[in-house]
Amino acid sequence: MFEIVHKRQLSEAVFEMGVRAPRVARKARAGQFFIMRTTGHGERVPFTFSDWSAEGGWIRFIFMRVGKTTHELSHFEVGDSVADVVGPLGIPTHVEDVGRIAVLGGGVGAAVAYPVARAMADAGNEVTVVLGARNEDLLILREEFEALPLKELLVVTDDGSAGEKGLVTAPLKRLAEAGEIDHAMAIGPAIMMKFCAATAREHDVPCTVSLNPIMVDGTGMCGACRVSVGGETKFGCVDGPDFDGWEVDFEELMSRQRVYVDDERAADADYSRGCSCHQ
Amino acid sequence: MPPVEPDAGAAGPAEKPRHRPSRAPRTPMPERGAAERAQDFDEVALGYTEEMARAEAARCLQCRNATCIEGCPVNIDIKSFIGHIIDGEYHEAVAVLKERNALPAMCGRVCPQEEQCEIACVLAKKGDPVAIGRLERWLGDFDLACELEKRCVPEIAGPTGFRCAVVGSGPAGLACAGELARLGHAVTIFESLHAPGGVLTYGIPEFRLPKAIVEAEIFMLTEMGVEIVTDAVIGATYTLEELMTEEGYDAVFIGSGAGLPVFLGVPGENLNGVYSANEFLTRVNLMGAYEFPKSDTPVARGRKVAVIGGGNVAMDSARTALRLGAEEVFLVYRRTEDEMPARREEVHHAREEGVEFKMLCSPSEILGRDGFVTGLVATRMELGEPDDSGRRAPVCVMDSEFEIDCDIVIVAVGTRANPLLAQAAPDLERSSRGYVLTGDEGATNIPGVFAGGDIVTGAATVILAMGAGKTSARAMDRWLSERSSAV
Ligand SMILES: Cc1cc2nc3c(=O)[nH]c(=O)nc-3n(C[C@H](O)[C@H](O)[C@H](O)COP(=O)(O)OP(=O)(O)OC[C@H]3O[C@@H](n4cnc5c(N)ncnc54)[C@H](O)[C@@H]3O)c2cc1C
Ligand SMILES: Cc1cc2nc3c(=O)[nH]c(=O)nc-3n(C[C@H](O)[C@H](O)[C@H](O)COP(=O)(O)OP(=O)(O)OC[C@H]3O[C@@H](n4cnc5c(N)ncnc54)[C@H](O)[C@@H]3O)c2cc1C
Ligand code: SF4
Ligand code: FES
Repeated sequence: MFEIVHKRQLSEAVFEMGVRAPRVARKARAGQFFIMRTTGHGERVPFTFSDWSAEGGWIRFIFMRVGKTTHELSHFEVGDSVADVVGPLGIPTHVEDVGRIAVLGGGVGAAVAYPVARAMADAGNEVTVVLGARNEDLLILREEFEALPLKELLVVTDDGSAGEKGLVTAPLKRLAEAGEIDHAMAIGPAIMMKFCAATAREHDVPCTVSLNPIMVDGTGMCGACRVSVGGETKFGCVDGPDFDGWEVDFEELMSRQRVYVDDERAADADYSRGCSCHQ
Repeated sequence: MPPVEPDAGAAGPAEKPRHRPSRAPRTPMPERGAAERAQDFDEVALGYTEEMARAEAARCLQCRNATCIEGCPVNIDIKSFIGHIIDGEYHEAVAVLKERNALPAMCGRVCPQEEQCEIACVLAKKGDPVAIGRLERWLGDFDLACELEKRCVPEIAGPTGFRCAVVGSGPAGLACAGELARLGHAVTIFESLHAPGGVLTYGIPEFRLPKAIVEAEIFMLTEMGVEIVTDAVIGATYTLEELMTEEGYDAVFIGSGAGLPVFLGVPGENLNGVYSANEFLTRVNLMGAYEFPKSDTPVARGRKVAVIGGGNVAMDSARTALRLGAEEVFLVYRRTEDEMPARREEVHHAREEGVEFKMLCSPSEILGRDGFVTGLVATRMELGEPDDSGRRAPVCVMDSEFEIDCDIVIVAVGTRANPLLAQAAPDLERSSRGYVLTGDEGATNIPGVFAGGDIVTGAATVILAMGAGKTSARAMDRWLSERSSAV
């Protein structure tokens, strides 16, 4: 069992959680993820590390309540334990000094973008972060990003309630057009990564994306996480999660993410009936 | 479980009468009817009763030259354990079995006895061999049904002070750990999944190998002092090198299996509704998707399911799909039934339950609409000259493509070695196909690191994996004692 040592609600549906998992914390790197099961009958769900401490023996992640498991998890409190935590999984984000980088975080993707931006800055890059959200309430980790040694932090919201009104692709386009970036890293919903990759490509800027296909084992054993990259089938869990955004078949990814929507809705509705936060 | 009094047979006759073999026909295995069993996940074969076991054992000739023993990959003294059943000495029979095979209730269920011990039985020359596998299963179940104190636990040698790590908790790892523990070593198994058992747990379905049996046999290992650490991926959570250094293990056994699914490489393979057999079976067996939403993991339930392949894995997938409520399940195989590698019994069961066999056809494309599977294009095949495997190779018949209507496709055309562990251990010598290279007794090129089971041989059988695990354990034991006497 893995004890929850930290919990913070960041917005209506977004939570930050810390779990005691010393042997995972010892090895975690930016861009990697772990798989969790809440209880003995739980699904195996992946989350990316947002932070960790090898000395403290804990890992942190930020999750959005989207279905049954994340809903159930949002009710876990400090002192409770989850059944399983396994990792670190996936290949760490390739960190090197490439010059000027734009790190784009959309929605909860900001959580994953945070350690990536930190590692890139530590490696000597000039980092511009673009944070995007539907509205100000959904914007997360702004202060944390502000504390990093960034060149610039840009904020965009769909409704203009914070920062610039619009999508993350607008500042990306400006930066690329002005020739101010050598590389882009987009992390967020598939649709956002798709447009970021397309925008970057138009300006000949390489774009790394962090994919989140449905997974089961996370170790290369099942193939649930198949993604098409450059016409080849790759396993998201062991060949990724980072891939060359120019080459990813995002339509396929989005379609595959929807395979169980009906089942998932039914399961969450079933769970919500007995749940206090949904009277 | 056989309805046997736990201490039946404890008081055997003082003087054994000479055995007169019975001429009765082979005792059939009681099974649930096909229509009933295809509705649920309960076990298909019910197991012998004590009377049936005695009747079957009585058929054994107790040959002077018991050829059955050579047929067994781990050379169980079959003649002797059957002799004990004849005499009603069940505990003794179990002890003989466990000298060579620590997990008899499982092997009795899944070993291909028909091509191992039973084909080598003298009676097979003229008729039906002794049902050795069924007797093994009956004994294994007899032992599991006993109270803990009465169960046959091997004697454990005094502690050697050595610590051994075992990677993977499939049959190879379990057998290796059991033997190392018996020899007095402290053993820790590291398993990447959240539950131990390997293919026994995530692959082979409940209706063929109840998980309670797997758990009970694994529990016996923990009773012997074996520690099992789940959620630990070697190559990620720890590297092989860290096990040997920071973690302080004196020797390591790798039994990580051949868990990487192979796909067909045809268009449409990433449509929703296309599963590897590994994913499909894992969702159902390990994650309990058949109880969704009581368990949280879903699995697509098809109306028409096409399973590609002809091995045990394909049979298990097809029969699982039926049990999830499919109206029609097709088995698409590119050779004929004679060439199918699956056990005869499984083929027979699948057909009885209503799986439809489409032989001599090979999928060339998977069709879909809106991202979901709608059908399969297959090409007819005919058999040509024998290939490397000795089986006649299938060749395409020109312009013979046709469509099969289906909404789920399960690909069961084999597995390969998962590179995860080895990538983090670049020094470990592997074949071009990724399997770990070893000497006869499992030693790899790294001193103190041994390997066995599917990760060495490629996908094989439970008993071969167990045999390899046990052989390696003995070699590890020798390696450890030689090394310690050298210093
Ligand atoms: C590598 C990786 C890293 C991720 N990191 C984060 C993160 O840091 N924070 C975060 O909030 N989310 C993250 N996700 C997504 C997260 O795993 C899903 O939101 C979660 O599994 C949803 O479970 P649920 O039962 O609450 O919702 P469900 O109702 O089951 O599903 C909602 C949607 O989530 C996706 N999903 C469902 N099950 C899985 C699964 N087993 N694996 C992957 N996706 C699934 C599907 O697209 C589905 O339609 C990550 C996913 C991957 C693959
Ligand atoms: C569906 C199916 C049906 C079968 N039916 C039969 C049958 O009827 N009869 C028969 O004899 N054989 C059958 N087989 C084959 C048989 O199950 C295998 O040959 C046998 O299980 C191999 O044993 P193993 O211990 O080498 O590997 P596995 O059983 O594959 O176990 C390997 C274990 O190692 C773990 N692991 C892998 N990598 C790591 C890592 N890096 N770190 C930690 N742990 C790791 C895996 O999670 C797994 O638990 C079947 C196989 C399948 C898939
Ligand atoms: S070969 Fe057959 S008849 Fe002879 S001892 Fe073995 S099981 Fe009995
Ligand atoms: S999640 Fe199973 S192979 Fe990637």
